Amino acid sequence: MSARYAIGIDLGTTHSALSYVDLEASDGETTAHGVLPVPQLSAPGTVEALPLLPSFLYLPHPDELAPGELALPWSTEGETAVAGEMARSRGATTPIRLVSSAKSWLCHPGVDRRAAILPSDAPEEVTRVSPLEASTRYLAHLRRAWDHAHPEAPFDQQQVTVTIPASFDPGARELTAEAARNAGYTSATLLEEPQAALYSWIQGSNGAWRKQVKAGDIVLVVDVGGGTSDFSLIAILERDGKLEPHRVAVGDHILLGGDNMDLALAHLVARKLAANGTQLDAWQMRALTYGCRAAKEHLLADANATTWPIVVPSRGSKLIGGSIRTELTREEVTAFITDGFFPRVDASARPATRTRAGLTQLGLPYAQDAAITKHLSAFLARQAGATAELEGFAGRVSAEHTFLHPSAVLFNGGVFKSELLAQRVMDTINDWLYMEGAEPARMLEGADLDLAVARGAAYYSYARRGGGVRIRGGTARSYYVGVESSMPAIPGMEPPIQALCVAPFGMEEGSELELPGQEFGLVVGEPVHFRFFGSTTRRQDAIGDILDFWGPDELQEMNEIQATLPLEGRTPGDVVQVKLHALATEAGTLELAALSPQGQRWKVEFDVRHSDSQ
Amino acid sequence: MTTPTQLPGFWSRLSLAFGAFFKTAGDAEFAARVRDDGVGPVAAAPAAPAPAPAPAPAPVAPPPAPLRVNTPESALQLLTLLQREARLIDFANENLASYADADIGAAARVVHEGCARVLKDHFTIAPVRSEAEGARVTLEEGFDAASVRLTGNVVGKAPFKGTLSHRGWRATDVRLPQLAKEHDASIIAPAEVEL
Repeated sequence: MSARYAIGIDLGTTHSALSYVDLEASDGETTAHGVLPVPQLSAPGTVEALPLLPSFLYLPHPDELAPGELALPWSTEGETAVAGEMARSRGATTPIRLVSSAKSWLCHPGVDRRAAILPSDAPEEVTRVSPLEASTRYLAHLRRAWDHAHPEAPFDQQQVTVTIPASFDPGARELTAEAARNAGYTSATLLEEPQAALYSWIQGSNGAWRKQVKAGDIVLVVDVGGGTSDFSLIAILERDGKLEPHRVAVGDHILLGGDNMDLALAHLVARKLAANGTQLDAWQMRALTYGCRAAKEHLLADANATTWPIVVPSRGSKLIGGSIRTELTREEVTAFITDGFFPRVDASARPATRTRAGLTQLGLPYAQDAAITKHLSAFLARQAGATAELEGFAGRVSAEHTFLHPSAVLFNGGVFKSELLAQRVMDTINDWLYMEGAEPARMLEGADLDLAVARGAAYYSYARRGGGVRIRGGTARSYYVGVESSMPAIPGMEPPIQALCVAPFGMEEGSELELPGQEFGLVVGEPVHFRFFGSTTRRQDAIGDILDFWGPDELQEMNEIQATLPLEGRTPGDVVQVKLHALATEAGTLELAALSPQGQRWKVEFDVRHSDSQ
Repeated sequence: MTTPTQLPGFWSRLSLAFGAFFKTAGDAEFAARVRDDGVGPVAAAPAAPAPAPAPAPAPVAPPPAPLRVNTPESALQLLTLLQREARLIDFANENLASYADADIGAAARVVHEGCARVLKDHFTIAPVRSEAEGARVTLEEGFDAASVRLTGNVVGKAPFKGTLSHRGWRATDVRLPQLAKEHDASIIAPAEVEL
């Protein structure tokens, strides 16, 4: 049976969603699409179908809930852990049993992402889950919701796409694909979220996008979600008379999003209250955060409002006497959000980095500089030459440009529901462009800020079948392994290493390359580790190239990778000569494999289990 | 009121029909009224009871009132939502006399925002009439008396002309959450104990 629907899943840090395109009712760029309401527990014994599934998992105490209160439409017993709205609201009062931001943990290089480590501050008796397991649960919940709503079109027979941040490294991509497999997704494809946002915009325009962009445009996608910020550059090329978007660059992983803004405001207001002698508990703090979000949205939407009241309801039943009234002022929102997260900086501004304290950090590596515009200026500067070798863009980039000049900007994420913030980003970018004598960039209109990623993913599932426009681009980084240099060792200094390119930039899906010349000796039964590097800027390196020097910004070191040759009839300790292959899979992941002369193949693992992990 | 609110059910109609048949046959004066105004049975109802021969299973007790029985479940569910989102029960149970208006106003914000959220999330509510309030409207013959209430000088025949004083509200969709089989809906808000 062939697929009836193309399904797109936005596996977000704070919310997940499922969108679909009806293949039978769609033709070319005209699509019939929808968003699946996801049945989930909103309170004990209460099931509601909501458009978004909050990406939270609650691990209840065995005595906490009456029997049968966890029933879901597809399971009368319910599961041991609760995903969705109830998890979020319950978890706010019992945080030691709440798993949140599993996606950020999934790409945290410092921890074993298959180990049961969440919630990170849970007491001994709570059975923790791994970041991989939590992601699997959200994906499985969405699959069951689909199967419940569409028994005639089983999920595993549909064309499914799951989105990931463009900044995910190969290890995190691989883990997301694994979570999807564990959740029963038989053939899921991965798609970068900023691309999904552009797909959604293309779909929403019903073909009119060709009037809004032209060949030679460089679209900057600024995606500020609940927990992460993600940038991508997409160049519009013309091939055989048709416009073709090419994703040319992706940004670094920045753990900074809308939730940080609401939390920052809530702490500001809590400090004001504390100064007057009112202390808030965790429950009130959550209510205050909701209140601050609403106040922020009102103040950012209405330029004439000067203050907006916030009421923190009492916890007990005395509502009137026990509630705390406070307010948020325009100055505070401006200082904290507009100028704090989106300051009007020069193009040369860079995010501040502090050297980390010597202690091993246990939490998530949040961005140290909250200024999103500084992260943006750093990204554009690093990618100044991103389009230099692109067909039709030769004359557009000059060596005098200190950053890449975008000509259009597409916003994504609930933060930009405030036009003030979108306008601030536009003004800042246009200041930078003006200083270099370039035309101002324009804002692409008509984006759906909340559901664009899920919608775009469904559209991509559809486009993959040949139905619509496709964004090209291939892999967004080039990859290197560290090899010891043949230079003589100098006492007291680390032996210098060289970087050997094992996968070039822009590998198209489904292509496989062999590392020429080089062979590696792998010892049977013993894991061999390699230092592993990625670059978002070195587009020209071919597979097999060896770098002796590189700039501090050019290569980023990632987790070590590991190849293990299983015994399988060989003598332990034997050395087998292997060749390295790089494969960009159809599913959107990168694979490195070691091939023996006899044609046997072993996968090189990106996600190495840390025996010494915390 | 333009329509009778309590229309008789099938069995009472059957019994009325038999009663009217025998009464028309045996009572000339009654027969004349039936001929003249065509509403004999209704006009006759408060008069004498039907004569002895009553072959139909005429109920001796008054006929059961044709009213529906409410299930309290949905009502309790709505209360749960209004308490959870808007603290409505807490608010209604407070004695306003002991508070200043500023305090009441602060609490009213919680109630207002929460109620609005419940209405938005669980109902789709649209005005019955699309005209602006204060506009002149004409009600043609056969208008839906359930959705438009006539007030004031209610005389004559349709079409009725008047001023729209309230647009009315109609719930076009209700989306209450589903409940688990064992769920006790009478717990509107559980007691909370912090450990």
